[in-house]
Amino acid sequence: MVDTPDITLPGAQHGAAFGAPPNEANRPSSPVVHFGPEAPLRLDSGRSLTRWQVAYQTYGKLNADKTNAILVCHALTGDQHVASTHPVTGKPGWWWRMVGPGLPIDTDRYFVICPNVVGGCMGTTGPASINPETGLPYMLDLPVLTIGDMVRAQAMLLDRLGIPTLLSMLGGSMGGMQVLQWAATYPDRVFSAVPIAAGARHSSQNIAFHEVGRQAIMADPDWRSGRYLVEGTNPRKGLAVARMAAHITYMSDKALHEKFGRNLQDRDKPTFGFDADFQIESYLRHQGMTFVERFDANSYLYMTRAMDYFDLAADYGGRLANAFKGTKTRFCAVSFTSDWLFPTAEIKTVVKALNAAGASVSFVEIETLGGHDAFLLDEPELFATIRGFLGAAARARGIQ
Amino acid sequence: MEQSVQRAEQQVRAAHRFDLMTVAQLITPGAKVLDVGCGDGVLLKLLEETRQVEGRGIEISQKGVNECVAQGLSVMQGDADTDLADYPDDAFDFVILSQTLQATHRPREVIEQMLRIGRKAVVSFPNFGHWRMRLLLLFTGRMPVTRHLPYSWYDTPNIHFFTIRDFMALVKEIGATIETGVALTEGGRSLPWKLPWWVWNLFGQQAVFLIRR
Repeated sequence: MVDTPDITLPGAQHGAAFGAPPNEANRPSSPVVHFGPEAPLRLDSGRSLTRWQVAYQTYGKLNADKTNAILVCHALTGDQHVASTHPVTGKPGWWWRMVGPGLPIDTDRYFVICPNVVGGCMGTTGPASINPETGLPYMLDLPVLTIGDMVRAQAMLLDRLGIPTLLSMLGGSMGGMQVLQWAATYPDRVFSAVPIAAGARHSSQNIAFHEVGRQAIMADPDWRSGRYLVEGTNPRKGLAVARMAAHITYMSDKALHEKFGRNLQDRDKPTFGFDADFQIESYLRHQGMTFVERFDANSYLYMTRAMDYFDLAADYGGRLANAFKGTKTRFCAVSFTSDWLFPTAEIKTVVKALNAAGASVSFVEIETLGGHDAFLLDEPELFATIRGFLGAAARARGIQ
Repeated sequence: MEQSVQRAEQQVRAAHRFDLMTVAQLITPGAKVLDVGCGDGVLLKLLEETRQVEGRGIEISQKGVNECVAQGLSVMQGDADTDLADYPDDAFDFVILSQTLQATHRPREVIEQMLRIGRKAVVSFPNFGHWRMRLLLLFTGRMPVTRHLPYSWYDTPNIHFFTIRDFMALVKEIGATIETGVALTEGGRSLPWKLPWWVWNLFGQQAVFLIRR
C-alpha cells in the first residue's frame, strides 16, 4: 500500500476556483486499491502507469464460492457511486433505480462492484490525480487511455479483491463498451454480459460531438493548456458548454419537445436579448453548471478520447465475430428506440457478430422516448429484462 | 429434471399447441435449433427439456422476448422477414417456423433463408384447404372465421393463406426436399403418412413438414 501524498496545490489559495473534483480524485470517499511498481498498468499507447490506484464501491456480499459477483461499468460522466449518495452532489447514486435490495440487480443476492475508470476524477488515477514523479497533478502528462486500458485496470482490481470470475457485468454507453471489451479480452471470467445502449465502435458522428466538447474546453482561457489545476483556474465555461452539447445527444427530440416545447422561462414574452428565454436553454445551462461542480475538465478530454478510439472489430482483423470466437458468455444486448447516439443498428452489428460466433445472445429493443439516457431512467421493460436475465444466469450457475 | 419435462409438456398441452409436440418429435436430441417467431418460448423450453437442444429464438414482440429472457432462453427481438439474413450459413441443425409462415410478408424468401442458415427446416402452418374452410367459403360466401383461425379478414395477422398442397408445390419450386410431414386433425390426431395428399389437404387442420435443401 502506498500512502496518498500530502497535497497542497499552488492553486489551493484561490479557494473557490478549486471544486470538489481534485479532492475526490486524490482522497476519494470510497475504498481504494493501490498498485505499485510490482503491478504496473500497461497501456495500449505503449506507456504504463507504475504507481496508480483504483477507487471503487461495493454493495451486497460476496458468497463463499465467489460466484455471485457482478461488475457494473459506469458511463462517460458516471462514477463508482452506483447506488449510494454521491459524495460531491449529495444526490442518490446514478443507477439507484437498478441496483439495491430487491431491485433488478438485487444486492440481497449479488455482490456488486463498480470501480471508477482509469482516467476518471473520482479517485482512480486520472489527470487530476497527483503524479508521484512530480508531486503535482498529472494534467496532460497522463498518457492517453483506451477502453482496453480501463478494462485491464478493472481486471487487476478484481485480482486484488480475489474475485476470479463474474456472474455478470453490465454497463450503458461507455459502460457498454467496457462490457464488450471485457467479453472479448477475458471471456473465461465473464459468465454473462449485458451491454446497454452501446456499440462495438464510436461512430463518426459521435466522434464529431466529442470533438465539439473538447474544443469548447480547450477554447476556455481558464483551461491554460490543461494546467488550470496548478494555475488556480477552472475552465468552467468550456466544460459546461461541452456538457450542454453532449446532453442534447442523450435525449430524444420528441422527449425534449414534450418536456419543454417552446415554453418560455419565467416570462410571458421573449426579451429580445440573449438571456435564457426558453426553458430548454435554462435547463441546459443548469445541466452545464451543476456538471462542472463534480467533474474535471481534463478527465472529460481523456474519457471522450477513450470512447473515440474504441473500435473492437479493428483489434480483431476487422471482423467483429473474431472478437467473440468460441465464447461461452451469455449475452443480453439492449437498445432503445429513441437513442440516436447509439441507435439500435449499432448494437445489432454486435448481435450479428455474436450470432456468427455461435454465442448465446438475447437482444431486446426497448420502446421509449428516453433517448440514449433511457438506461438511467424509469423503464419497466428494462428492469424486467435485466431482472429476468440475471435470475436465469444465476440459476444456470447454481446460485439460489 | 423429470418434473421440468412434465411441466414443459403440460404448458404446450394447455396452450392447445398440438403442432408443437409434433415439431418436437422431429428434432434430433442435442441439435442446435433456431425457433423463428418463438412467442413466449414455450416450444424452445419444451425442446430444451425434452430434446436437450441448444436453442435460440427470434420474436417480434417485446413482451415475448422479455418472457423468454426471464426464463433463461437466448432470444432476439427481430422480424422473420428481415433478420434471418443476418445469420451465417449452416448456423443451425434445425430452423423452426411454427404457425408463422402465413404471417410473413415474403414466405418464399423466409423458407429459402431458413434452409440457408439451417440444414433442415421445420414448418407448421394452418391448412386453408381444410374442409371446414372450403364449406364456409362455399356456403356463406365470406372469408372463413373458425375457432382455430378466429380473425376477420380486415384485422388478421395472417396475410398469406395457403393449403398443404400449395406448400408442397412451393417446396418443389425452390428445389427443396420434403423429408417427412404430419397433418393434424382438429382434435390433434395425426393423419397417417400413407393417406393420399388430397385426404391430408381436406382433413388436416394444420400440417407440420420437415424439409431439407
